[in-house]
Amino acid sequence: MKAFLRKYWRVITSPSRYYSLGFLTLGGFTMGIIFWGGFNTAMEFTNTETFCVSCHENIYDELQQTIHFTNRSGVRAICSSCHVPHDWTDKIARKMQASKEVWAWVTGSISTPEKFEARRLALAQHEWARLKANDSLECRNCHEFSYMDFTRQSPRAVNMHSTALASGDKTCIDCHKGIAHRLPDMSDVHGF
Amino acid sequence: MKRIAIVVVVLLGVVGASLAVGAGNQIDTLRKAAIDREPEAPAIAQVENNDIRRKRAYPMQPPTIPHKIDGYQVDLKVNRCMACHSRHRTEASQAPMVSVTHFMDRDGNFLAEISARRYFCQQCHVPQTNARPLLANDFHDIDDLLRASQSPSQQH
Ligand code: HEC
Ligand code: HEC
Ligand code: HEC
Ligand code: HEC
Ligand code: HEC
Ligand code: HEC
Repeated sequence: MKAFLRKYWRVITSPSRYYSLGFLTLGGFTMGIIFWGGFNTAMEFTNTETFCVSCHENIYDELQQTIHFTNRSGVRAICSSCHVPHDWTDKIARKMQASKEVWAWVTGSISTPEKFEARRLALAQHEWARLKANDSLECRNCHEFSYMDFTRQSPRAVNMHSTALASGDKTCIDCHKGIAHRLPDMSDVHGF
Repeated sequence: MKRIAIVVVVLLGVVGASLAVGAGNQIDTLRKAAIDREPEAPAIAQVENNDIRRKRAYPMQPPTIPHKIDGYQVDLKVNRCMACHSRHRTEASQAPMVSVTHFMDRDGNFLAEISARRYFCQQCHVPQTNARPLLANDFHDIDDLLRASQSPSQQH
């Protein structure tokens, strides 16, 4: 075993006999790009709606009935606009958590509509906590408070936005729960 | 064979006559188009969202909703309206509280929470649109009637 390892160690460390240094460097460079590209492509794919919907089909049906699917402006929010941070480091962290999701899928915590309904409040609470902690970052990626024209909002909206939101007491998700999906049983949730 | 032909001719005559009578009457339908023409659909009306409360036609009338209610979920799990209109939410939302009648069961007892028969708000409360009324409304409220009875000369 030791001899075997030593032999390979020598092969790896000794200079190349057949390929030029230039070729090796270039080759390594190319492979690097290919791997990095593949990694990126995989990341891009996991951000597509098709990917999310493969496990969250019922959620997609609900989204289609909301303002974030069709509206007068024609701007669409897809799953990852609200659920995956655009920041790269956050993205990785989110993917690490997502691998837990894959495992949960294997264990089937939401594999039937009944199981999903039973688990739904807990999942929603994860999202509310996350959005509360990052001050509704994902919402603000599209809706920037500084550019809200109060003269063009409805009085109800202005009353809330110019007070609790402007002062920072509340963030979007405190008031706008259920903006993209049906809500779970809310009887124990603050604000209902 | 001959008998069938007679029946057909008589029937056609009856139909023709009734059509002629109909045309003569100029029956005014809300459709405003000949029966064999497909009229152009009117534009979809916009829901009023100006937050200006409308007058009630009589004291027991459920007030109309002065704001839009798109996507407000009202089902077994959650009542979105009560997230603003319930007793304990009115301070944060500055919405008018549902009145005491909403807490009464059918025997007139006051319950702690909203009564089951008032849970589905849109049974009685509806938003308004800017659609033009197809027919004029000649409803007179109680004030009109009282005024009319006091000064019969000014009856309209
Ligand atoms: C392989 C299947 C699978 C895919 C693909 C998938 N999810 Fe999930 N997701 C799950 C499962 C299973 C759960 C429930 C986990 C649990 O029970 O804790 C979940 C939970 C969630 C939650 C609840 C929040 C939480 O932290 O508990 C959100 C939000 C979510 N997914 C969004 C997404 C988005 C956005 C995508 C696409 C980028 C996606 N999911 C792709 C299986 C999947
Ligand atoms: C406009 C932002 C937005 C979009 C777009 C959106 N979500 Fe959500 N999602 C939320 C919020 C906010 C919550 C927290 C619960 C709530 O308030 O409804 C949530 C909750 C969830 C949950 C937890 C279970 C639940 O129903 O509460 C899952 C799973 C989920 N979203 C998946 C998706 C998937 C899949 C898509 C794409 C088809 C998607 N979301 C699109 C904002 C969004
Ligand atoms: C991809 C960009 C995007 C993201 C992310 C997004 N929104 Fe929106 N949102 C829109 C667009 C576009 C509209 C429709 C604007 C219009 O045409 O009136 C909208 C409309 C709304 C409305 C108005 C609803 C109505 O009935 O008029 C609310 C409230 C709202 N969003 C809240 C949120 C919240 C809360 C979040 C975060 C959970 C969020 N949005 C995330 C793009 C986005
Ligand atoms: C204190 C509560 C509160 C907070 C915090 C809040 N909103 Fe609102 N918002 C409302 C109310 C109330 C309305 C009007 C009723 C409705 O749309 O359901 C509204 C309406 C809106 C509308 C539609 C505008 C219109 O004219 O009706 C948008 C878009 C919106 N909010 C986005 C946001 C975003 C983005 C944030 C976070 C930056 C946010 N809101 C924070 C209470 C709030
Ligand atoms: C975001 C908070 C909010 C929600 C949710 C809400 N309302 Fe309102 N509502 C108000 C406010 C504030 C007013 C006061 C007038 C205004 O500003 O529009 C009002 C006024 C009303 C009025 C008029 C009362 C009067 O005396 O004329 C009715 C009726 C009403 N709402 C019914 C409803 C119904 C039904 C729902 C659910 C489908 C609902 N509201 C959801 C905030 C809300
Ligand atoms: C069975 C019919 C009915 C249902 C269902 C109903 N209401 Fe009413 N509501 C009324 C009537 C009638 C009035 C006016 C007379 C009164 O106060 O009882 C009224 C008055 C109101 C007012 C004005 C109160 C005030 O003091 O100015 C509000 C706000 C209101 N309702 C909200 C709601 C909400 C929110 C719901 C759903 C949770 C609801 N209503 C369900 C019939 C109904």
